[in-house]
Amino acid sequence: MTTLTVSKALNEGLRKALEDDPKVLIMGEDVGKLGGVFRVTDGLQKDFGEARLIDTPLAESGIIGTAIGLALRGYRPVCEIQFDGFVFPAVDQIVSQLAKMRYRSLGKLSLPVVIRIPCGGGIGAVEHHSESPEIIFAHTAGLRVVACADAADAFTMIQQAIRSDDPVVFFEPKRRYWDKGEVDTAADLADALPMDRARVVLEGTDVTLLTYGPLVRTSLEAALAARDDGPGNGHSIEVVDLRSLSPVDEETIFASVRRTGRCVVAHEAPVYAGLGAEIAARVTERCFYHLEAPVLRVGGFATPYPPSRLEDHYLPDLDRILDAVDRTFGY
Amino acid sequence: MTVEPGGATTAAPVNQPGQPPVDPPSQLIQLLTPEGERIDHPDYPLDLTSAAIRDMYRDLVLVRRIDTEAIALQRQGELGIWASLLGQEAAQIGSGRALSPQDMVFPTYREHGVAWCRGIDPVKLLELYRGVSHGGWAPEEHKFHLYTIVIGAQTLHATGYAMGIQRDGAVDPDNGEAVIAYFGDGATSQGDVNEAFVWASVFNAPVVFFCQNNQWAISEPLEKQSRIPLYQRARGFGFPGLRVDGNDVLACYAVTKKALAAAREGQGPTLIEAFTYRMGAHTTTDDPTRYRLASELEMWKLKDPIERVRVYLARTGQADNDFFAAIDEEARKLGAGVREACRNMPDPPPMAIFENVYTQPNAILQAERDQYAAYLDTFEAEEGASR
Repeated sequence: MTTLTVSKALNEGLRKALEDDPKVLIMGEDVGKLGGVFRVTDGLQKDFGEARLIDTPLAESGIIGTAIGLALRGYRPVCEIQFDGFVFPAVDQIVSQLAKMRYRSLGKLSLPVVIRIPCGGGIGAVEHHSESPEIIFAHTAGLRVVACADAADAFTMIQQAIRSDDPVVFFEPKRRYWDKGEVDTAADLADALPMDRARVVLEGTDVTLLTYGPLVRTSLEAALAARDDGPGNGHSIEVVDLRSLSPVDEETIFASVRRTGRCVVAHEAPVYAGLGAEIAARVTERCFYHLEAPVLRVGGFATPYPPSRLEDHYLPDLDRILDAVDRTFGY
Repeated sequence: MTVEPGGATTAAPVNQPGQPPVDPPSQLIQLLTPEGERIDHPDYPLDLTSAAIRDMYRDLVLVRRIDTEAIALQRQGELGIWASLLGQEAAQIGSGRALSPQDMVFPTYREHGVAWCRGIDPVKLLELYRGVSHGGWAPEEHKFHLYTIVIGAQTLHATGYAMGIQRDGAVDPDNGEAVIAYFGDGATSQGDVNEAFVWASVFNAPVVFFCQNNQWAISEPLEKQSRIPLYQRARGFGFPGLRVDGNDVLACYAVTKKALAAAREGQGPTLIEAFTYRMGAHTTTDDPTRYRLASELEMWKLKDPIERVRVYLARTGQADNDFFAAIDEEARKLGAGVREACRNMPDPPPMAIFENVYTQPNAILQAERDQYAAYLDTFEAEEGASR
């Protein structure tokens, strides 16, 4: 076991992928010499060269569009979109080209492209640097969408994503890049939990708290506070890290909700038409007779992301999550 | 020689130090005039045999016949829509025949002539326009990618593919690989096309950008896209651009061959503007009488890409009436075959909707598939229907 930050764990995972497969390329803005604005690709260009660590022109559609061409040629490009809010110029290439290529070619072409996106707020940034656009991609058939929450998953999931023959949109919890965790860098990837499975990160008996990405840590803190003598006093919260946002791991979700009888979904993205809405509908349909209360959602408001001095109000924190938990006991 | 559209010979302009760059005039590279007169160009000596030119004539006639059949099939309700290549046969056959087998093509949805050159069964093209598939051919087998409908998106794929060729060490003057990206005049306004130009330029990618300027982007004339001739755009991106008579199959062949050779030699991209005209509607749903004059069409009819080759071959004794009659008969048979195959093309089974979304099993999708299959089975139980 090694103690690594999320950023360094991603870096180690990328390094391993580059070593394992000469077809793996990394491309994006500032990923080469600088090592990325979050240093996720630090030192990789020095070791693997400019042909594999490609500092691209500043155009997101160009990054994804040329990655598609490279994938058609047999390469496995890993694209970095520098910030969540910068992915939108690339949406045609992701949604209309990348996601659909296998389908429209009747299975003759597949595009093993990974799109890494640092996501979420909480870093005091200017606008377009704190967004959570995951639902756009989860809503697009042909893409797999995952989110890592800690260093161990960052290390394994980035490698799993690169090995996937389907395109993967890979969300990284921006404000958790410097969180440290224990990583077993020697473990066999084949033994790791598949990236389309959710994980129960804290067991509980009273309510299931479903979350992913940066809010996993917040949710764990909330659950521990509830067990102590905190504001959620007396509730045993089961925290599930969804990990895969498309497809969601229904088996793990339903099993937990059937045990606890209550369900709260937390994400930074706006609640309206967010992933929580999809999960609430599915849980209601499939766990109806186990539910003691409606599925509640806690997340961003139906507003654009606010100026950073207000983001503490916008982002679900420990108290807002526990408030939602409390409300499920009000039925 | 280099002639302007008006016919005057011009000298190449020279940029002077300290002065703004001089824009060259609209130089149109031509090897075969609309009257079928063969003219030489110092930069584009032609190495084609009589047999090769006769083969190109055959290509031109046959792809026009496929196009005519497809339009008729749409009118009869057999196709949902068709994007006609009428008038653009020379640009497509000339450039298509300039390709080496190992070169990769990234087409729009109108490259039926290039598809023909790459050995794609025309019936496969009809699948897409009938609504049976989104494109059923094997792209790598034919080195001809699927049609791309979003305007200009494929130019980035072409550039990325060319970057892959570089990484494979396959840029080689002898048997190296190159890429050609097709797009139209309207596409030059797209961000993706401009990004592809930037990428190809800075990475020196072995790609030829082949723009068929057919003067119209549905109803929008060229002046809605550009204040300068399109080929001159290349200069700002840092690579050569040229304008060729897009209705001259020999010139299109020669300029494409040379641009591909440059790409193979490691000289990077070239922009070719094939100056042509969309003689038909944008697609079968379009009505060009609403936005353009019949006189313009009449003027371009005099520049027909097929007639000039026929006149040239006949006048120089390289083909006789028997040859032309045989081609016409072949076209008739091809048309009948395409028509028959289209009419007999079955719809895919309903459950094909769920195939080929992912390489790996997807539980959400699988559940929907199972549910829909069970739903269909309720009809089967009632009516004996089949899925």
